[in-house]
Amino acid sequence: MSDLRALYEEVILEHNRKPRNYMKRPEGANRSAYGFNPICGDEFTIHMTVEDGVVKDVGFEGAGCAISTASASMMTQAVMGKTEAEAEALFEAVRDLLTHDHPDPATAGRVGKLQVLTGVREFPMRVKCATLAWHTMHAAMHGVDGTVNTEEPEEHHQCAIGGGH
Amino acid sequence: MTAVTTGAMTLPLDVEPIRAQFPVLHQEVNGQPLAYLDNAATTQKPRAVIDAVSGFYERDCANVHRGVHALSARATEAYEAARGSVQRRLNARRPGEIVFVRGATEAINLVAWSFLRPRLQAGDEILVTEMEHHANIVPWQLLCQQIGAQLRVVPVTDSGELRLEALDGLLGDRTRLLALTHVSNALGTINPVAEIVARAHARGVPVLVDGAQALPHVAMDVQALDVDFYVFSGHKTYGPSGIGALYGKHEHLQAMPPWQGGGEMILSVTFDRTTFAAPPLRFEAGTPDMEGAIGLAAALEWLESVGLERAAAHERELLDHATRALRSVPGVRIIGTAAEKAAIISFTMEGAHPHDIGTILDHEGIAVRTGHHCAQPLMRRFGVPATARASFALYNTHAEVERLVEGLHQVRRVLGR
Ligand SMILES: Cc1ncc(COP(=O)(O)O)c(C=O)c1O
Repeated sequence: MSDLRALYEEVILEHNRKPRNYMKRPEGANRSAYGFNPICGDEFTIHMTVEDGVVKDVGFEGAGCAISTASASMMTQAVMGKTEAEAEALFEAVRDLLTHDHPDPATAGRVGKLQVLTGVREFPMRVKCATLAWHTMHAAMHGVDGTVNTEEPEEHHQCAIGGGH
Repeated sequence: MTAVTTGAMTLPLDVEPIRAQFPVLHQEVNGQPLAYLDNAATTQKPRAVIDAVSGFYERDCANVHRGVHALSARATEAYEAARGSVQRRLNARRPGEIVFVRGATEAINLVAWSFLRPRLQAGDEILVTEMEHHANIVPWQLLCQQIGAQLRVVPVTDSGELRLEALDGLLGDRTRLLALTHVSNALGTINPVAEIVARAHARGVPVLVDGAQALPHVAMDVQALDVDFYVFSGHKTYGPSGIGALYGKHEHLQAMPPWQGGGEMILSVTFDRTTFAAPPLRFEAGTPDMEGAIGLAAALEWLESVGLERAAAHERELLDHATRALRSVPGVRIIGTAAEKAAIISFTMEGAHPHDIGTILDHEGIAVRTGHHCAQPLMRRFGVPATARASFALYNTHAEVERLVEGLHQVRRVLGR
């Protein structure tokens, strides 16, 4: 049960039960992207209001497993109020943390509370769950109405396929 | 020991000696004994199949239909004998009605491109059902796009049965084929194939039946059912993967052009023209999966030796047990409650995403499937993105059902429900 607890950290469960900034489409949202995992059906839309290079507001809607929901919830909290560059750096750091066996030691310091997500690393099948919202946020920052899916090489993430949904 | 009544006989299926024949079942996963409940995805293999495949490599390995030497003769004989095994399992009229393919998917594609394409015109219709696996949707869709034909869909009821009353309205003058599954991989529903075939034939519509989920569970008689095409995969019925079969009525296969060209499928080749072999070789271009065919025959014979009826009765008991037990778990909703079901239970659980269910059960050594089961239109029909699915084989036990139930309670505990 011990390593399962690492995946389902109390913090993660709490965010899953009460996701923050959920079902929220901020006033004047000017960035959004739809991300989905075609294998498991998780899907999230991230809406952001970015003004003067700062994430003024962010929200998400959609549905997924406990890990993806909690990760989306924590992502919105983490990028709220950050500059685009800071949000981008956080995306890089989280991705590094989740997908590399030996992440850059500096990374852990940079992600702060998001470290609870590291338990996912022991469950390779679930890494995509944890990164989905982050990739979607990344796409939203880089273009309006982008579409992301977990099964495409990353370079393609920014190609907008139609408009969001 | 489970005592079951099947028709006139009362035969117990003693599960332990059967389990003993499956090496893979005897291992621990995450420190717990493996409970393999993902049989609709693929079944495990008995020693008889493993030995047949390795025996081919150890004694008879040679290419078929080519050499005159002893090994090639033995390989050819075994390969063609395997065709005979499939013929008997389906009760086809002749071995020539059995084409070896990679699996159900390839068989459906073969029928799409070789049988249907030449007779399909813009505005024609292909009828499928709402409960089809993607393998029985996408090939028809590709064909429709090329030709300008249309896919039409027989809907399912809330309990997961086909709405037969809608069938007659959907079978029109322009319907060129009805393609439906015998047993739904996502709901477990066993469709009344005989009645459906009769109705389609009354309108002159040929029928393809996808037997991928049926072969491990139900008896099959292609003559009695009068189906035009029947397809299945070896790996879902205790045999190897990468091998399966297409049954086609002799007159259909005779009229069908080849769909892949190459060696083995010809009578003669010049640079001007090629004369093709008769079916089934016409459809088996290149060196076939010889060991696969031999392993498949071993699997079919093994299941016959256990007794399909006995196996089915045991699975029916597991299904009843699991259905009752899952209903007792708070928040569980079973998707697919047809009167006639194979031992497949799809379910959702309030407050627990199927993927979390899958991970937590795996931690208990219990393998179930989670996701959309390659039946996304069906998931949409039931308003769920995905389900968890427990699917049983004849080697599963009542103790494993109990472990599944205990595992679901564990899911509730872990997720704090
Ligand atoms: C009903 C049904 N049809 C077709 C298939 C495809 O079988 P294969 O992948 O072996 O070709 C499956 C496999 O999941 C199935 O369940």
